Amino acid sequence: MNNILTSGVSALLLTMSFTAPAADTIKVGVLHSLSGTMAISETTLKDTVLMLVEEQNKKGGLLGKKLEAVVVDPASNWPLFAEKTRELISKNKVNVIFGCWTSVSRKSVLPVIEELNGLLFYPVQYEGEESSKNVFYTGAAPNQQAIPAVDYLMKDVGVKRWVLAGTDYVYPRTTNKILESYLKAKGVKDKDIMINYTPFGHADWQSIVSDIKKFGSTGVKTAVVSTINGDANVPFYKELGNQGVSAENIPVVAFSVGEEELSGIDTKPLVGHLAAWNYFMSVNDKANAEFIKKWHAYTKDNKRVTNDPMEATYIGFNMWVKAVTKAGTTATDAVAKAMIGITAPNLTGGMALMNENHHLSKPVLIGEIQENGQFETVWKTDGLVVGDAWSDFLEGSKDIVASWVDPINCGNYNNKTKKCSGQNY
Amino acid sequence: MSLFLPGKLGALAAILTAALLAHGQAATADADAVASETATSITLSQALTGLQAGSFQDKEDVIAQLLTLGDERVLPILKALLSGDLSSRENDSQIYMLTESDGTIAATDALTGAVTAGVDKTSYKKITINNKLRGKLRSAIAQLSLAHPDTAVRISAVQELLDHIDPDLVTLLQERRALELDKKVVAFIDIGIAMARINADDKQQRLQSITILSDSNHPEGKRRIIALLEKDPAGKFLETDPEILRAAQQALKDIEARTKLYGFAETVFFGLSLGSVLLLAAIGLAITFGVMGVINMAHGELMMLGAYTTYVVQLLMPNHIDLSLFVAIPAAFLVTGAIGIAIERGVIRLLYGRPLETLLATFGISLILQQLVRSVFSPLNRSVETPSWMSGSWEINSLISITYNRLYILLFALAVFAALVLILKKTRLGLQVRAVSQNRAMARAMGVRSDWVDALTFGLGSGIAGIAGVALSQLTNVGPNLGQDYIIDSFMVVVFGGVGNLWGTLVGAMSLGVINKFMEPWSGAVLAKIIVLAFIILFIQKRPRGLFPQKGRAVEN
Repeated sequence: MNNILTSGVSALLLTMSFTAPAADTIKVGVLHSLSGTMAISETTLKDTVLMLVEEQNKKGGLLGKKLEAVVVDPASNWPLFAEKTRELISKNKVNVIFGCWTSVSRKSVLPVIEELNGLLFYPVQYEGEESSKNVFYTGAAPNQQAIPAVDYLMKDVGVKRWVLAGTDYVYPRTTNKILESYLKAKGVKDKDIMINYTPFGHADWQSIVSDIKKFGSTGVKTAVVSTINGDANVPFYKELGNQGVSAENIPVVAFSVGEEELSGIDTKPLVGHLAAWNYFMSVNDKANAEFIKKWHAYTKDNKRVTNDPMEATYIGFNMWVKAVTKAGTTATDAVAKAMIGITAPNLTGGMALMNENHHLSKPVLIGEIQENGQFETVWKTDGLVVGDAWSDFLEGSKDIVASWVDPINCGNYNNKTKKCSGQNY
Repeated sequence: MSLFLPGKLGALAAILTAALLAHGQAATADADAVASETATSITLSQALTGLQAGSFQDKEDVIAQLLTLGDERVLPILKALLSGDLSSRENDSQIYMLTESDGTIAATDALTGAVTAGVDKTSYKKITINNKLRGKLRSAIAQLSLAHPDTAVRISAVQELLDHIDPDLVTLLQERRALELDKKVVAFIDIGIAMARINADDKQQRLQSITILSDSNHPEGKRRIIALLEKDPAGKFLETDPEILRAAQQALKDIEARTKLYGFAETVFFGLSLGSVLLLAAIGLAITFGVMGVINMAHGELMMLGAYTTYVVQLLMPNHIDLSLFVAIPAAFLVTGAIGIAIERGVIRLLYGRPLETLLATFGISLILQQLVRSVFSPLNRSVETPSWMSGSWEINSLISITYNRLYILLFALAVFAALVLILKKTRLGLQVRAVSQNRAMARAMGVRSDWVDALTFGLGSGIAGIAGVALSQLTNVGPNLGQDYIIDSFMVVVFGGVGNLWGTLVGAMSLGVINKFMEPWSGAVLAKIIVLAFIILFIQKRPRGLFPQKGRAVEN
């Protein structure tokens, strides 16, 4: 915490010392919750951006100017995200914002960022069904996480019965809707799919785990696809372990459990359960090793872990730097145009590419949880998967594409009616 | 988990024997290896090399070949592979089994059994496995453990094999049955044999097997019985013998009836267990809110501090996790009790008789405590380990098992409740607390130091919140938001049970728990919570003073 404090203070000092000659710096807004429920995940991303800014400044800044981070705290309060965005753009005159974690916070920022024509880099895996002119999505779309994970379970593990368990909000509901229609398209019957939603922070998993156990005792290979949100995972996995549901019998593949979440859990009962991400800290790669080293040096803590949203922040930041250099300006429209087609190294030994729908091409990795809280990669897509803004498996969204280049230039274009819905996001 | 400890000891014993015998046996082992090379075309050292390089599929083949070797060194190797302790040394690619004790790591050569103590873990590379391999390994270890001297190990070995009975395994089980003396093990072996015999030629054997499987309640047995009742596309049974069909149908009906009965018992237990958590969360509040009338919004944060105390205690005694809870309980009581007294003396004392201001002030305190914890411990959740005696479950039979952590927490909640009732009914402090809460002026006139009693009562309620936090640390996240998740539930229980009545809190917590759990299967967890809340609102309309209202003159005003 000391580190966070000092880095916060140094950021503040940075802000103050450069406020007078404002035109001489390029301002980078950081919109991550530093208090409230989401602080647990978002504080790390704020530190990541600050580290990247510091590093870029060491390299001599950008366009001959220094970068200056402006940190605000939206306090896990969704409407406050919109207000803070307005403050960052109108008052602090930032050129770009890195921020948001939950989908609801992003949705609350959208109208403001479009009205004021700002730039937002959103670094977290999400449910898709969106593409805004002003937002670049560097986390995974459902086809870069959920669908490959299900494919892996179906083909490599031979799963035929599915439990879709999630927390009751927009990301799990949409993801499960996509997965359900995907599974049915693959010939899975209704009776072989069990869907279950629980409230935020659900702590009493006894009857649900017991139901899952019964559902999985028919002799047909069963797996749980979990979109259970952060905090509810600990009691869920504890209950699985205690009721003797091991990963060999009923594997659980999670989309919201990463290294950071595991660092707060006793991982012994979890060994062998799965997670699907585009990055694992354990990936053996030179760029990754270097990133981890820098992170440890920056946080002055050799035990701090790295995770997927951090990699997404890293990719997004480097792409923005490249795009600004290419455009020669920080003006939103020019940078947004330059962003498309930009490549930047990811941390798993490849290059990420920004597509015209403002989503990335990334590899998909499946890992098994190890006793030390890390993942062991057990499967990987052959090449890069192109992020799909609008799912091909949802009624009403499969005809829609997003493309921010001519001739379409629309985030919500219907291939059948040949019309742009007019809605910007 | 119980399989594990004896397993590890067994492995150690086997390593020791292997090491002692290594010299004498080296020659014969080599000779055996040469002899068996033609048959299995693999030696132990070849197999070990195969484990290092290959893909998961290659490793699976190696494990299958290891099983055919009949070498006693195989079992400890497989166990080490399963537990992730099998590693290859980086400079010479030799395979070692790493064991950790008292912080130092010892490496045992997998081939010779030679032990090197105090090695550096970083120069060893772990041999990785995946889920499929873990399954194969468990089954392989079970096959090799059928003759283990410990009965418990034999039972779990047979149980492990029951899930995937095939003809080879049945032969193995039959061989073992001839030697087996323990009745319990024989009973489990019989279930396995029955699974195969259910499709035998002899009708008597088949009928007998159906009875055995039906009585066993084993899920795999049930699947085999269901398989007997399969129909062809025309809707006719594939099985032609009517007697077998009748027996199978009856057996299935019996199993299902029993499943229903045990399912009901299980739901009741789940309900009581949820109730016990509610009871723990609410019981401290029943004192501060119920007896003293203070609306303490920081109650949840006191529980959180109790959970963090557990975390700190575990940090201080990392080698004695099993005992840590026994230290954490009194420690949490003292820490949160002291904080409670400080809050009472510092803030609440000044606000008696002004409930709205108390509410706001304590809400402010709750925010301060949350942010304090974020600053001191970081906003990330902390990992609190579960002692080994609280992990796993007590398997009563194949249909019902009770998890130990829930069972202990249920008993613990009842013990705390009983202790609290005793304190209030039988001690001098309890007498004074009741006197002050019933008629403050009169109590003071009788010489009771009412503000001293207030402070102690609030401290008692807060201390009990801390104890609840210790229990919660075993169930859920230990993070800054822990308290918020429970504060609403706690108030709900106290109001429902009747303000000022401990027994009401007990009955209220348990009935809310059971209602919730019976509702969950058909309404879903989200709706169940809403329905319970709506039910309480309606109930309060009808009986504003809760289930067990306090009677007496003091209550009237």
